[in-house]
Amino acid sequence: MTDIPAGSLPVDKSQSVPSTKVRGYWGSVWNRLRYDYVTLFCMALIAAIVLAAIFAPWLSPMDPEKSSMANRLRPIGHAKFGLGTDEQGRDMISRLLWGGRVSLLMGIVPVFFATLIGGAFGIIAGYYGGKVNMVIMRTMDVFFAFPSVLLAVAIAGSLGGGIGNQMITLTVVLIPPLCRVAETATAQVRSLDFVDAARASGASTYSIITSHVLINVLSPVLVYSSTLVSISIILASGLSFLGLGVSPPTADWGLMLSTLRQSIYVQPLVAALPGVCILITSIAFNLVSDGLRQAMDVKA
Amino acid sequence: MTDVIETTGSSPDPRATDTRDRGGPAQPMLIVENIKKYFPIRAGLLNKKVAEVKAVDDISFYVLKGETLGIVGESGCGKSTLARLLMYLIDKDEGHLILDGDPVGEKTGTSLDGLRRSLQMVFQDSYSSLNPRLPIENSIAYGPKVQGATAKSAKEQARALLEKVGLKADRFGQRYPHELSGGQKQRVNIARALALDPRLLILDEAVSALDKSVEAQVLNLLGELKEQLNLTYIFISHDLHVVKYISDRVLVMYLGQVVEIGPVDKIYENPLHPYTQALLACRLSMDPDERVDSAPLAGDPPNPVNPPSGCRFHTRCPFAEEVCMSKAPSLGDALRADASEHLAACHMVHAGSGHSKAPNPDTRQLPLWQQGEMR
Repeated sequence: MTDIPAGSLPVDKSQSVPSTKVRGYWGSVWNRLRYDYVTLFCMALIAAIVLAAIFAPWLSPMDPEKSSMANRLRPIGHAKFGLGTDEQGRDMISRLLWGGRVSLLMGIVPVFFATLIGGAFGIIAGYYGGKVNMVIMRTMDVFFAFPSVLLAVAIAGSLGGGIGNQMITLTVVLIPPLCRVAETATAQVRSLDFVDAARASGASTYSIITSHVLINVLSPVLVYSSTLVSISIILASGLSFLGLGVSPPTADWGLMLSTLRQSIYVQPLVAALPGVCILITSIAFNLVSDGLRQAMDVKA
Repeated sequence: MTDVIETTGSSPDPRATDTRDRGGPAQPMLIVENIKKYFPIRAGLLNKKVAEVKAVDDISFYVLKGETLGIVGESGCGKSTLARLLMYLIDKDEGHLILDGDPVGEKTGTSLDGLRRSLQMVFQDSYSSLNPRLPIENSIAYGPKVQGATAKSAKEQARALLEKVGLKADRFGQRYPHELSGGQKQRVNIARALALDPRLLILDEAVSALDKSVEAQVLNLLGELKEQLNLTYIFISHDLHVVKYISDRVLVMYLGQVVEIGPVDKIYENPLHPYTQALLACRLSMDPDERVDSAPLAGDPPNPVNPPSGCRFHTRCPFAEEVCMSKAPSLGDALRADASEHLAACHMVHAGSGHSKAPNPDTRQLPLWQQGEMR
């Protein structure tokens, strides 16, 4: 066994060492994401959809709610209505742009709030364990017992229609799965020695959660919540389709799909347009979340 | 293995100038008094307590200032539970800790925060004891920040500590744990434990997961740090060679109890307890002619939920007699005994215990089995 003094261990001081590029955590995530072209393309697609929704009032060529009986169910490629018209003669381009606003709102806002609430409950349950965990997780299990669509219909049915109620409904439906993911991730982190090391240094529970637990729980929760965006959009479409969401004549992809259903034999392509929008948006969100999961894995 | 720990020549003896010292050089660094931890086993619908695991059962010992106390024992004997009890990471059921003369966590004496500044721990699993999402510099700086240092001074301290454990702060400071080797990670763990400037370091199997050459480097590092920073070590390990190399005194645990304690030379040259003898016989020799053909100790340790009556070792002890099954041998008063004393909880050591091999109270003669019959 040779004696190697610690001070002069492996590094030869005279030799110049190329300075390693210092990247923070998010810097290294971006470095991995940079070469993932599918994810980048889907992110650009989502950005385009979001921008189109935000700027719908300026982008849409016509009033989305102005009907014209003379121009009912025009085909795609019509000289005046580029993507045709719906069963009340309203311009499909304008309605899709305006409908994207509502649908994206339904996709993002409930997921955001559900992540905050469900994540907080999950972290508390996972960190404290024991009775706290039992109370929180068994309460979540009650909601888990119902299929999500049934639960959404039940809540929306009792709350009534409208955008606000629909968002509350979706948030409540999305909290239990997010809570469970956060709880599992936290319980895993909790059992690791670095949490004990932090406790041994005298840190408060709040400090440990914010500076040690959160950063490790963030990526699984964030990835999972990004998959929920597409589920939330589809769920919202379903509620609108059943008449429990936004009420006509407001444009919404789900509602449009529902009302155009009767015209599917007259103008099948026009009738499919809202569905195509939902499909593209949810696939884009799913692929992005898949890419994020890979990019946020430190060991990759 | 030669003694490689050398004092850094020119610097003055840190012992003379340690302002943290309160009780004087004779006051033990840490006194552990009758500490107990029973883990309940719950079952059934109402989570009723059906049994207890006696993980740490009435352990007393002390650690002198500047010494290294080795703790050895089989897996599951309660070594790590003891370490976590000392760190207050789990709550003890009974017992007291006295840190440099001050009782810990009681009305008069050291607060829990004071204990945490004085007592730090290096964990066994070097990977899971570092936050995978934090650069190692930030992991080390976390402790001082919690204790009130500014972000800037904590970071400077972290970088200085990295240099101290032999890692260049410029190259390694911003790295993540998965970018380091096992030995480097354990160095970072040592730096993190030193960040609060502790006086007593608990090393829970700190070198067990490292390969032999890295283990030697880390052991040398520990020796140097001990001299530089005036540290006291509690070194928990199952590697008896390492314990012999690093320790001044050794404590042997079996099923949550201390079976033998004494200076390292006495224990290794003349083990009194049959369990220690068996442990030492398990050591692998460097000489290929001295092969160990059969395990000196058969079977697993008994279930700590239902420890054997009398002496807990009697089920596996080759010398067990009637008295061993009925009466638990006492270790003696480990807190009053001098550091050079060699104590063992075995009836064969105590005169007049009723064991046939116990020494005769009249003639101060070693028992037969110690006179080379067993060797």
